[in-house]
Amino acid sequence: MTVLGGIGFTAPWLLLALLALPILWLILRAVPPAPIRRRFPGVALLLGLRDDEAVSDRTPWWLLLLRVLAVGLIILGLAGPVLNPDADQARGDGPLLIVLDGSWAGATRWPEQTDAIDAQLSRASRAGRTVAFLSLTRPQAPVFQTADSWRSRLPGLQPAPWQPDAARIAQMRSFIAEIDGFDTLWFSDGLDYPGREALLAGFEARGTVEVYQTAANVLAMRPAGFEDGEVTLTAVRATGGPEREVTVQALGLDPAGNAGVLGSTTTIFEPGETTAETSLDLPAELRARVTRFELQGQRSAGATTLADDALRRREVALIAGSANREGLPLLSPMHYVEKALVPTADLIRGDLGDVLPANPDVIILADVATLSDAEAEGLSTWIDAGGLLVRFAGPRVAASDVSRTDEDPLMPVRLRAGGRTVGGAMSWGEPKALAPFRDGSPFFGLSIPEDVQVTSQVMAQPDPTLADRVIAELTDGTPLVTRKAQEQGQIILFHVTATAEWSTLPLSGLFVQMLERLAISSATTRPDVTALEGTTWTPQQVMDGFGRLRDAGNLPGVPGADLLSAPPGPDMQPGIYVSGDRQLARNVITAEDALTPVSWPERIPVRGFAVPPEQPIAGWLLSLSIALLLVDVIASLALSGRLGGGKAARAALVLALMVPLNVPSPAQAQADDADLFALEATAELTLAYVMTGNRDIDEMSRAGLRGLSNTLIFRTSVEPAEPMGVDLEIDELAFFPIIYWPITPDQPRPSSEAYAKLNAYLRSGGLILFDTRDADVARFGQGSPNGRKLQDLAAPLDVPPLEPLPADHVLTRTFYLLQDFPGRHTGRDVWVEAAPPDAEQIDGMPFRNLNDGVTPVVIGGNDWASAWAVSNTGAPMVPVGRGFAGERQRELAFRFGVNLIMHVLTGNYKSDQVHVPALLDRLGQ
Amino acid sequence: MNAPAASQLSDRPDALRAEAETEAARLPALLARADHLAGAVLLGDHGRRRAGLGDDFWQYRPAQMGDSRRLIDHRRSARGDQEFVREREWQIAQSVMLWVDQGASMRFASTPDLPTKADRARLLGLACAILLVRGGERVGLTGTSLPPRRGTAQILRLAEMFTTDTHTDYAPPEHRAMIPSARAVFISDFMGDVEEVKLALTKAADRGVRGVLLHLLDPSEESFPFRGRTIFQSMGGSLTHETLKAGELKGRYLSRLADRKAELSALCALTGWQYGMHRTDASAQSALLWLYRALDTGSLK
Repeated sequence: MTVLGGIGFTAPWLLLALLALPILWLILRAVPPAPIRRRFPGVALLLGLRDDEAVSDRTPWWLLLLRVLAVGLIILGLAGPVLNPDADQARGDGPLLIVLDGSWAGATRWPEQTDAIDAQLSRASRAGRTVAFLSLTRPQAPVFQTADSWRSRLPGLQPAPWQPDAARIAQMRSFIAEIDGFDTLWFSDGLDYPGREALLAGFEARGTVEVYQTAANVLAMRPAGFEDGEVTLTAVRATGGPEREVTVQALGLDPAGNAGVLGSTTTIFEPGETTAETSLDLPAELRARVTRFELQGQRSAGATTLADDALRRREVALIAGSANREGLPLLSPMHYVEKALVPTADLIRGDLGDVLPANPDVIILADVATLSDAEAEGLSTWIDAGGLLVRFAGPRVAASDVSRTDEDPLMPVRLRAGGRTVGGAMSWGEPKALAPFRDGSPFFGLSIPEDVQVTSQVMAQPDPTLADRVIAELTDGTPLVTRKAQEQGQIILFHVTATAEWSTLPLSGLFVQMLERLAISSATTRPDVTALEGTTWTPQQVMDGFGRLRDAGNLPGVPGADLLSAPPGPDMQPGIYVSGDRQLARNVITAEDALTPVSWPERIPVRGFAVPPEQPIAGWLLSLSIALLLVDVIASLALSGRLGGGKAARAALVLALMVPLNVPSPAQAQADDADLFALEATAELTLAYVMTGNRDIDEMSRAGLRGLSNTLIFRTSVEPAEPMGVDLEIDELAFFPIIYWPITPDQPRPSSEAYAKLNAYLRSGGLILFDTRDADVARFGQGSPNGRKLQDLAAPLDVPPLEPLPADHVLTRTFYLLQDFPGRHTGRDVWVEAAPPDAEQIDGMPFRNLNDGVTPVVIGGNDWASAWAVSNTGAPMVPVGRGFAGERQRELAFRFGVNLIMHVLTGNYKSDQVHVPALLDRLGQ
Repeated sequence: MNAPAASQLSDRPDALRAEAETEAARLPALLARADHLAGAVLLGDHGRRRAGLGDDFWQYRPAQMGDSRRLIDHRRSARGDQEFVREREWQIAQSVMLWVDQGASMRFASTPDLPTKADRARLLGLACAILLVRGGERVGLTGTSLPPRRGTAQILRLAEMFTTDTHTDYAPPEHRAMIPSARAVFISDFMGDVEEVKLALTKAADRGVRGVLLHLLDPSEESFPFRGRTIFQSMGGSLTHETLKAGELKGRYLSRLADRKAELSALCALTGWQYGMHRTDASAQSALLWLYRALDTGSLK
C-alpha cells in the first residue's frame, strides 16, 4: 500500500489516469449538446429566422468541471483509498498470535474489543499474515490460519465467567513452547491474575508483544447479604479512581410474572476507594422475588450477583390443636395467623409428622397442648438445628398439665394451672392492655394500638429465669410473650390464643408486625463449608460471561464444599445450584474477593481500543461521483430546456432528490398511524373485527359488522360508524366495545405482547365474539380444524370458566327476547362466562340473579358475520337457509347481534329485578 | 409534443356532446336574451312564446305612406278613424356556419394538463351550436358537407363532423358555398397562410356574411419557453426549423405572432367581423361567453 497525504492507496498506479482528465475536458468542450426535437405548431412563424451567432451553446465551464470531477472521483475510488492507514505501526509479516483474556471483566466492553480485533484482522489480512487465537479462559492449541477465516468466526467469541488461572496458563505456556517466531497482540481485560507475567515472558521470547486494554475501570459486585431487614450490597472496582456513582438494580419477576426491576439504589465510590456499600430496603414480598442484583450499565458476570434462599420466602408450618369447626372460618385457630403470613411466607399445613421432614423455617402450634414423644423429639431436634417454634396458648393448654411442675422442653416457661380471666362478665377488673416493649425485646419500637386488650391468658410461674424470657408483657407486668433459646433455635409462646377469643391482639396490625419481627430472625443463613460436606449440588442455571443466565443442560454436579471454596472455572460455573429443596447461588465474585488491576511493564506498548480503524473510502468516493453524475443529468436537462416539461426530466429530478432524502423514521410514522387509528376508532362507536390475514374472511367480517351496524342504526339508538379491522399486533384495542374474531385454521398466532393487550382488554370490560364458523360440529373439541385453532388461540387468554348459554342469561333479553342464536348456521351451543356456583333460582323469579358485568367472551360457531353481511348497497351478500325460513333465520341472527351489542353496552341492566313484572307479563307466565 | 390524453374528446362523439352540453348549460339560453334583440333583421323564432299574444301577431301600427292597402287591418281600423296595419312577427331564422380548424396543428397541447387546441375549438364550436339551435337558429358547417339546419339532430351531426381530423398541417378556412347574409364562426389557431384567411373573409364579406374569428392559441405558443439547441417540427412534420439557441429566437417569434394577430384583427375590422383571442389555459366558459356576445352584438349591427 502506498500512502499519499495520509490516505493509503491499494492500487496507486491507477492514479495515473488522472492525467487524462485535461483531455476529457477538451473533448467535452468540443462536443455541443445534442439537439432536442420538439413538436411546435408555431414553427410556421419561425421559418426564415436566422440564429445571431453561428456557434452553438457551449457546455458551460461549471458543468464541465462537474463531469471532470465525477470522473476524477471514479479514478480515485478505483485506486483503493484507505483512511487511517496504519502507517505508524511496527509491521511484521510473520505469524500473529492474538491473545484474549476472555474473562467476564471484558464482557462490558466486548463489542469494542471485537471491533478492535476485527481491525487487527483486516490489517493482518492485507499484510498476508497468518493469525492464531488464544483465549486464556478457554485454552486451545493455537492454529495459524488466514486472517479472513478468523474474521468470520469473530462473532462466536464469548467471554467466560471466570478468570484465567494458573493451571490453564501453564497449559498455555506448553502450547506456545512448541511454536516459534510470532508476534503477539494481547487483548487484556484489565485484571491481573497469577501466571500472567510468566506468560508475558514466554510471549516476549517469541516476538514483539503489544497490549490492547480498555481504559474503563472494571466493576463487580459481591454477593448480597441480608441484615436488619435490608439487603446489603457491595460494589467493588479494580482501581480507586475519582468519585463515581453506580446504581444497583434488583431484578426479578414482578407479581404479574414479568421480568423487571424490582428496586434500585445508588451508591458512591469515594475517591480512591475500591469498595462502595449500600443497602436496599425492599418489602418482604418483593425481596422474596429478587433473582439477581446488577450494576446498571455493566454487562458482565462479575457485576451480577445472584440471589438464593437467603432472600427467599420463609416456610412456615401451621399446626392447630383442634380440628376445624365446620363453616366457621373466623373461629379457626389459624385464621389470623394465616392472614398475617400468607403475603410473605409459604405456608405448610399438615400433621407435625408430615411437616417436620419438610424442614420448615418456622412451626406454629396453636393451642396444642400435648405432643407424642416421637413428635416432641423430632421437634426438639429441629429446634436444635435452628428451627423457630411459635406456640399459642388456648383452652387446651390452659386445661392441660403441660409445663406445670417442670418446664417442658418445648415451652419457654412453666405455666400456672387454669390461667386467668379478667374483665369478663364473671370476673373482676378491666381487660388488660399491653405494656410498651422493653429495650432488648425483638418487638422494641413497635407502637401499641390502644384497642389491643387481653381478657384471658395463661400465666407464667414466677421463676428465676422468667424475667429474661419475657419479650412482651401486659400493663400489670404479667408476661404475654415469652421466649427461650435452645441450641440454634428458639421457642416462643404467646400466652393468648391465636384467635380473637382471648384478646384482640390477632385483630390488630401489631400482630402482623410482631410475627414479622419474629419471622425475620428466622431467615435462612448461608451454610458454611462443614454444613455442605458430603452433599452434591447440581447446576440448574449457569451464567455466561455477560451475566446472562441460561439453562445448565446436563452439566455435572459439584461437591458442596467446592461450591463455596473452589474458584470458578469450566468445572465450577457460576450460577444457581440445587440440592434437594435448597438452592444456592454461586457468584463470580465472593464476599472476600478484591479486584487487582493489571500493570504492564514499561517496555510493553499498551493501547486503547479506540484506535480509529482503517476505513476503505472507495465506496464513498464512488457514491459521490454517482451523485455528481446525477447532478450532471439534472443540470444538462436544465441547460437543454428539457427540465420542467417532460416526465423523464421530472422523474430524474425525483430520483436525484431521493438520494439525499431521509426516509421518515418508521417509529414516527407508526406513532402517527396509531394517532390516526385512535381518532378514527373513537370519533364514533365502532365495531371491530380481528384481521385474520385471509382477505375473504376479513371482507366478510367487515360486511357482517356493517350489516349489524345498519340494523342497530335502524332499530336502536346505537349508531355505530363503519366497522374497523384491528391488527392485534399493532392496534390499540381499548377503543372497541366488542371485537369479532372469526377463526380460520391458518391464521397466525398473536405474539405474547398481543396477548397481553388482549388480556388487558378482556379484564377492562371488552368482549370478544369468537366464531369458529363451522356450525360447532365438533363442540369446540379437537374434531374440527377451527376448533383446534380456537383452543390454540384462546389458551393464553384470561378466559373465565364457561358454560353453554343458560336459558336465563341476560343475552336472551337485552333487547329482543331470544332463545336461539342462529347465524348462517343454527349451531347448538353458544358459550359464555359461567354463572357463579352459588347462583340459585329463587321461587317466583324467572331468572337467577347472575353475575355482574359483561361476559368477556362469547364463543360460537354459527358464522354470524355471513348472516349479517350486507354489501355497500345494503343487499344481503350470503344466502341463509331456504326461502322465508331463511329470512327468518337471518332476522334472528340480526336480533342476536342487537342483543349482543346491547349486552356489551348496557351490561346486566336487563337483569335488574325492576323489570321482572313487565317481563313476566310479556312471557305470559 | 406530448401525446394527447387517451380520453380525448374527439374520440367519442357522445362524450364530446355531453361535455358541450354541460358547457352550454351554464349559459342562459340564447332565447333569454331575446329581449335585447329589438325587432331587427337578423331575428330567429323569438317571441313566439309570449303569453297573451297570438301566434303570428306582433303589433298594430298606424298605416304609413307606402303601406299596401292590402295590409290594412279593417277590423282594427273600423274601431276608429285611423287606419292600422297589422304587423306579423318576422320569423326568418338565421343561418350560422361554423368552421372549426381540423388541421394537425390544432392537435397540440404543451402540457398533458391542458386540452389540445382541437379539443377546445370543437368544444367551443359545439357549445355555440347548441346555444344557437336552442335559440332556434340554423347551424351548419361552412362548405358543402353539412348545410345549416335546425333541430337537436343537427348537433349530433355536428359533433360527428367535428371528430374527423384532417392530416394537413394547417387547414385553410373553408369558404365555399357561403349562404348570403348568414353568420359565420371561424375557430382556428391561424398559424397557416394568412392569405387563405384573407381570401375567405373577403369572400364572406362579399356575400354579406359576417361573423366571428376566434384565435385559439396554446400558452406555449404565446410565451415560447424554449431554450437550447432545438429542432422545431410542425405537428404533421411537413415543416422543420433548427436553431442552436432557441432562447434567442423568442423575441422575434413573439413579434411575428403579434404581427399575425394585428393582421387578423385588421382584416376583421375591414370585413366587419369580430376578432377574439383565446388561450387553452383559460376557461372555456369565458371563451363561449365571448363568442355568444360577439354573435349577439354582431346581430345588432
